[in-house]
Amino acid sequence: MKVLIPSALRAYTESAHAEASGATVADVLDALECQYPGIRFRMIDEQGRIRRHIRIFFDGEQVRDLAQPLRADGELIIVQALSGG
Amino acid sequence: MSSENTQLRPSGPTRQVTLLVATRKGAWFYHGDPARGSWRTDGPHFLGHVISHVVLDPRDGRTLLAAAKTGHLGPTIFRSTDFGANWTEAARPPAFARAKGGAGRSVDHTFWLAPGAAVEPDVWYAGTSPQGLFRSDDGGISWTPFSCINDHPDYLNWMGTVQDGTPDGPKLHSIIVDPRDPAHLYFAMSGGGVHESLDGGRSFAPLIDGLDVVEGFDASQPSFHDPHCVRLCPTNPDRLYQQNHCGIYRLDRPDTRWRKIGDTMPPEVGEIGFPMVVHARDADTAWVFPMDGTSVWPRTSPDGQPAVYVTRDAGASWQRLDAGLPKAQAWWTVKRQAMTADSQDTIGLYFGTTSGELWASPDEGAHWTCIAQHLPDIYAVEVAERPAP
Repeated sequence: MKVLIPSALRAYTESAHAEASGATVADVLDALECQYPGIRFRMIDEQGRIRRHIRIFFDGEQVRDLAQPLRADGELIIVQALSGG
Repeated sequence: MSSENTQLRPSGPTRQVTLLVATRKGAWFYHGDPARGSWRTDGPHFLGHVISHVVLDPRDGRTLLAAAKTGHLGPTIFRSTDFGANWTEAARPPAFARAKGGAGRSVDHTFWLAPGAAVEPDVWYAGTSPQGLFRSDDGGISWTPFSCINDHPDYLNWMGTVQDGTPDGPKLHSIIVDPRDPAHLYFAMSGGGVHESLDGGRSFAPLIDGLDVVEGFDASQPSFHDPHCVRLCPTNPDRLYQQNHCGIYRLDRPDTRWRKIGDTMPPEVGEIGFPMVVHARDADTAWVFPMDGTSVWPRTSPDGQPAVYVTRDAGASWQRLDAGLPKAQAWWTVKRQAMTADSQDTIGLYFGTTSGELWASPDEGAHWTCIAQHLPDIYAVEVAERPAP
């Protein structure tokens, strides 16, 4: 599936878009980690929580649970949320 | 007063001094000429990243570690083996053990980096916010937690919550390795006290006797202790100095009781501050940078008149060093990692301010010059000394 990458993470992907597959959000993030080592920990903490200033959307709906199942034809969007000055 | 092991000998051939400046929005390096009179700017590195600390590995003279995060992204460690020309990210940055149910702590940022002993060339230690202690055995590529600290019920109790810490998060800092014995470690926590290990980190014990706490609290409880910065004297590793929330202290081992030495500071200046700097060869000499710790704790230079204070008699007396510094209306704060010294024949002193100014003295604080302005909030200043090219 297509994954939109925010500017803060493009040092890993070198592109605004990445391709990764998986049955759940967690699976897709793991697939991204395999391609771009280190990228997952910048978004997801060691307890499995989405970091404070990261938001993930799937087909326009905000993801709150990494176990959320995904359709293969959808689009995952990772957003860097407001974090101050 | 003198220390048995104090030596005032020169340090040998001249080594080039580079200042490693970590800021809220990147890192800058300043390469000094042999006289340390002019400085070449090198940076920004990691523009926009929150850099808490950049440290040279003194064992190889070329490896740098940088503790980084961004406003949006989680924390990591960057590593360079060519003195900053190229950087790669740690494969496994400091992270706490995963707790059942996802209720455990997560590292917000790595705050303090410390190289291990000379006899353990690939060992590094890291302190984090919230308080955690980590070790790398591969030069900073992968990091493992000290469960005896990070997950121990006593230590978790002493650390308190995020609300008990400094405004940008409670911190584990001042990680010190005894140069005579790599198994002898110290660290400090704001809050949570000073702690010591004699077995390489398998176990730790509080080292807080003699330290004051805020009035009304129980000084026997590590929870109430706030050491701001602890330093060990290189030529007398039995001597430690500490700038604490409640004053300035010295500890001469094997004694276990800290002795207050800040009560000889001028009362109108006080003995509150963040950094503590020791002399590379004279264990009786140390420097502090006082700040206003009265009423609501402005944490600025007292009366807007910044000054370094030096003791040359292990705390029996202090002298003001402000030649070249502003005489009024300079409301700086110098954070605990933002003041340091080199080890040249005449010691150079350096500090960075929360207002983004970098100051240097080539003569042990006698005269000061501003060598950079308009930087972001300076979090840390470290010296890298390497053979002159």
